[in-house]
Amino acid sequence: MPVAASAENMIEIRGVSWRANPHSSKEILVDVSLAVPGGTTLVLLGRSGSGKTTLLKLVNGMLRPSSGEVRVEGRSTQEWDGIQLRRRIGYVIQDAGLFPHFTVAQNVGLVPGLEKWPAAKIAARVEEMLRLVGLEPREFSARRPRELSGGQRQRVGVARALAADPPILLMDEPFGALDPVTRAELQREFRALAQRLEKTIVFVTHDLREAMLLASDIVLLEKGRLVANGKPPDFLGLRHPEVRAFAAALELNGATA
Amino acid sequence: MTDFWSFAMEHHAEILSATLEHVQLVAIAMFFAILIGVPLGMFIVQRPAPRAIALGIAGIFQTIPSLALFGFLIPIPFIGGVGQRTAIVALTVYALLPILRNTCVGLAEIDPAVLESAEAMGMTQRQILFRVRFPLGLAVILAGVRTATIITIGVATIAAAIGAGGLGTFIFRGVALVNDALLLAGAIPAALLAILADFLLGQLERRLRVI
Repeated sequence: MPVAASAENMIEIRGVSWRANPHSSKEILVDVSLAVPGGTTLVLLGRSGSGKTTLLKLVNGMLRPSSGEVRVEGRSTQEWDGIQLRRRIGYVIQDAGLFPHFTVAQNVGLVPGLEKWPAAKIAARVEEMLRLVGLEPREFSARRPRELSGGQRQRVGVARALAADPPILLMDEPFGALDPVTRAELQREFRALAQRLEKTIVFVTHDLREAMLLASDIVLLEKGRLVANGKPPDFLGLRHPEVRAFAAALELNGATA
Repeated sequence: MTDFWSFAMEHHAEILSATLEHVQLVAIAMFFAILIGVPLGMFIVQRPAPRAIALGIAGIFQTIPSLALFGFLIPIPFIGGVGQRTAIVALTVYALLPILRNTCVGLAEIDPAVLESAEAMGMTQRQILFRVRFPLGLAVILAGVRTATIITIGVATIAAAIGAGGLGTFIFRGVALVNDALLLAGAIPAALLAILADFLLGQLERRLRVI
């Protein structure tokens, strides 16, 4: 995936390094470059601590690159107003991060509310989003997050991220904490949803099977460096040792499952 | 005890009015302590240096023996003098630490996943403070108010030493005259007030914690 200066790239990461503070010599990300064309799903694959989540937070401006540049919709994240940028980017994390003191409807309506949509429009949008993720609004709207199963919480998390119709979605191991059956169910549904909605998605996982299922492109990170990338069928054939390690783990899992 | 009961029967009107005076002292002091402590806590929670200073000062006030604090305030212009006003200032200062500390703890100890998604949704720090941290930290803040109220009910008995009235009046007279009935006429209502306040605020706190 060569980095070309193209208007078609929703997200471009150019030579980005990141460390926790200027005095630290430990670089969490080292000279990473990649591009995500509009409407595609990029999966960031890597072990824990490989820098996947850091890269995600550089895209929505929650972190600033120590060097290099992150461009979203053609503009550097340094030029974007952070609040405006993040309201255009949906975000889903592992334990959903739903507000425990909000109802399901209030959680889903959060960003439209921040964007000062009229109440009736928000209510209609919340219903639409809940149906989209397979939750009956009449049954779920008034519930609190603690009254939901893990899978339902993730569905609400996805509905919340999509509510203000952002062109970009960032997902940080969104299905990682779910049981295998629910996870497979949500992966399948999410793939169908992603194809239908034509969002630009960056998806973090350490599960190669999940990466193969969801990705337009897979990028492999190892200790903060981008070490391999490819489209799903080809990626499995790459000879880089870290790719082989992930492929071996997948086969092992497949044999025992 | 028989002495106490006959005293209490005879002087029930006085005891009642001293109790009301006591409640008034505590209520006014708590009003100001909350008015100062909660907003100050919200202001300092994410500012490490001011937080250390504010908690440090509130902590030092807490270590001054209460009788001495009342004494120190008397000669100070505007807030000092003998009477209720001085007592209320001292009680407010005492109540401040638990409220300030619990406000900081309550606002700071929020599930990191919730704070991360709040920021990622594009909420401003102010929106996160008022719409996420505050409602989620409210039960802990209230626990601080509860602790402060119970402390204040006890310390307020000493306010009588500087002429602020309240249940301490009976206690000081009881000590001076070595009269148990007088002593108990101040101590028992004060203890009952503390138990009642603890119970009521505990109920409220439990209701908020359900979230």
